[in-house]
Amino acid sequence: MNEKTNKKKRNRLFMRTAILLMLVAAIGYTIYNSATADDVSLLEVGDDAPNFALQDLDGKQHKLSDYRGQGVFLNFWGTWCEPCKKEMPAMDRQFNAYKDQGVHVLAVNIAQSNFEVQSFSDQFKLSFPIVIDKTKDVMTAYNIRPLPTTVLVNPEGKIERIITGEMTEEDIKGYMESIKPE
Amino acid sequence: MDKMQCTCGHVNPPGTVLCESCGRSLTEVEQNKKLVDMRYEGTARRSQTYNKSIIDKIWNFFSSVKVGVSIIVALLVSAAVGTILPQEQYVAVPVRSDAALEAYYSDVYGSIGKVYYFLGFNDLYNSFWFIALVGMLAISLIVASLDRFVPLYRSLKNQRVLRHSSFMNKQRIYAEGSAAPDSMEKAEAKLKELKYKVSTDKNGLLAEKGRFSRWGPYVNHIGLIIFLFGVMLRMMPGFYVDETLWIREGETRAIPEAPGYTLENKGFDVETYTGENEEAKFGEALDRVGTVVKNYQTDVVLYKKPEDALPGETNLETVKEYPIRVNQPLKFDGYAVYQMDFKKDELKTMTFALTNKATSESLGNMTIDLINPEKEYTFDDGSVVKLLGYYPDFSGFENGEPQTKTPLPNNPGFLIEMKTPETPNGETSFITIQNTVEPFGDNDYKLAFQSVETRDVSGLTVRKDRTLPILGLGGLIFMIGVAQGMYFNHRRFWIQQTADGEIMLAGHTNKNWFGLKKDLDQVKEYAALPAYTDQQEEIEKLEKEEAELTS
Repeated sequence: MNEKTNKKKRNRLFMRTAILLMLVAAIGYTIYNSATADDVSLLEVGDDAPNFALQDLDGKQHKLSDYRGQGVFLNFWGTWCEPCKKEMPAMDRQFNAYKDQGVHVLAVNIAQSNFEVQSFSDQFKLSFPIVIDKTKDVMTAYNIRPLPTTVLVNPEGKIERIITGEMTEEDIKGYMESIKPE
Repeated sequence: MDKMQCTCGHVNPPGTVLCESCGRSLTEVEQNKKLVDMRYEGTARRSQTYNKSIIDKIWNFFSSVKVGVSIIVALLVSAAVGTILPQEQYVAVPVRSDAALEAYYSDVYGSIGKVYYFLGFNDLYNSFWFIALVGMLAISLIVASLDRFVPLYRSLKNQRVLRHSSFMNKQRIYAEGSAAPDSMEKAEAKLKELKYKVSTDKNGLLAEKGRFSRWGPYVNHIGLIIFLFGVMLRMMPGFYVDETLWIREGETRAIPEAPGYTLENKGFDVETYTGENEEAKFGEALDRVGTVVKNYQTDVVLYKKPEDALPGETNLETVKEYPIRVNQPLKFDGYAVYQMDFKKDELKTMTFALTNKATSESLGNMTIDLINPEKEYTFDDGSVVKLLGYYPDFSGFENGEPQTKTPLPNNPGFLIEMKTPETPNGETSFITIQNTVEPFGDNDYKLAFQSVETRDVSGLTVRKDRTLPILGLGGLIFMIGVAQGMYFNHRRFWIQQTADGEIMLAGHTNKNWFGLKKDLDQVKEYAALPAYTDQQEEIEKLEKEEAELTS
């Protein structure tokens, strides 16, 4: 009789623990999900950088996959964005320093007119290719929220790092160094 | 706590009020009552009986109805607080950032807004503590239900036909007295006719009807749990999408959270009632209230990219053209795109005349497309206006450089160079709405503003909800539980005939005593049973009389 009761009690404790643990896990997971929902960077460091194909100002198509084996410094920007404007000249200088070492800069403009992008490029005498994401398709695929956002893609095509906000020339240099092919 | 042995010999779990076997009252309090407490059949609610390990303590906490009600009250209060000021997703800030939101709340709502934001109420329904409260409600529902359902189920399943006389005479409906020898058989026959399930044992019978109504509250709770589970799934990626898409007339945009799909806005229109022709009958009403909108409509084309296409590629295949109207969303692949909002009259083009300032003579018109401006505009006489800079939302100069604060043409500014046969060296001018700056001295020519064209912006909501069937199922089960508990009653009669022919009868129902008495009246008449009393009413009557005497 006593043994039977003890067994019953043990079972009950086991059941209760299991049920409570399950519920707590479900709640924990929900809270975690909701806390991370705002910055659902669908993209994370180490993921494959989604491939895309966009046209530059001369109508030439640039695919991300064309640059496999090289580091790609992917910069999302707009002419109205103050920090984008500030970091452009530094990016251009570092691009010229690193382009022979296998690091490419691809600047993705968010849905602006050719005229605005062209005059911006002329004004800052930018030498790297600028493509325009006319339908915000790539922006959506990369889940870009604030501008500027820079995605560093290493020679294996994986995301090395995602940087939001303005970068100094020192930063840019360091980032380019980090995605230089061996 | 110890096991409780009844005088009948049955051993009951600790905390039991009425013996599981014979129905005798086990506690002194219960023994002194005139009527027995039939809640949960007098079984021990399990939570009250074991209180040992930490798990048991947590379990007991959530098993308490008091705790459950407190959680519900806390949820109601906090849900209400969340409606005092708009939640952050409904707040219009140009760029979504914590700083911008904080500034919005304090600018628009003053110090109340500041406190509201500080306390995190701006996103209350997604706050960890709110979700935790909902989760605690779920735990409370499950634990409290289990703790009550299991003993109740066991007790109703193992019901004895013969109960002790002290159980019988403490029931609300009770009768005793002599009756004909065939009363038991007749009562049994009549009860069966009334669709009671009758079981007999020696000299007694138990008639029972509608036991399933007792499960109503638990079915109801299962429905709620399923509902909460569905709500929880909404937070998982892929189950629930609720995105806003602002799309201007003529624009083509990737649909957020719907990879591979692109939407083009062919045109937006607001139609109002005219009060003419067949709408003449509305004339009076329209005179009274003014303009009434008849229809908001966005004509769209839905495109899909081939499976292997890359983001950014433009080889789109048309899926369908569709007029999105209020409550008539564009539906595809589990998504629905609703007409939610609009902005009228955003600038689209501006037309200027190249004019000689002295003679006011015009050399012709030029139209600048503000969405896609051209580099040069040529005139018949060989004059050329060159666009040197375009600032769609001009916000002032910085180091002599014109700035734009957004990419939208809210306040377009143009830096232009005009070359005419008369002024072959060119004249530079900076034009904004109603203002012209001539940085290099007086010009002979100017661009005189002629007209604008505008376009509308359509605010669409992209929605996908894979949890709806789950929410529906939860709701349905909830309603079944409510109906089960509300519209059906669990009615029971215990009848015993003693050796000397005396009849003892008790009746119980979980609700609707009137219905129970109606059934009993029929049985009593048919089987010639002794008259019964409603002991609850007797007690109330006595108390009333006593109160009258003392006053």
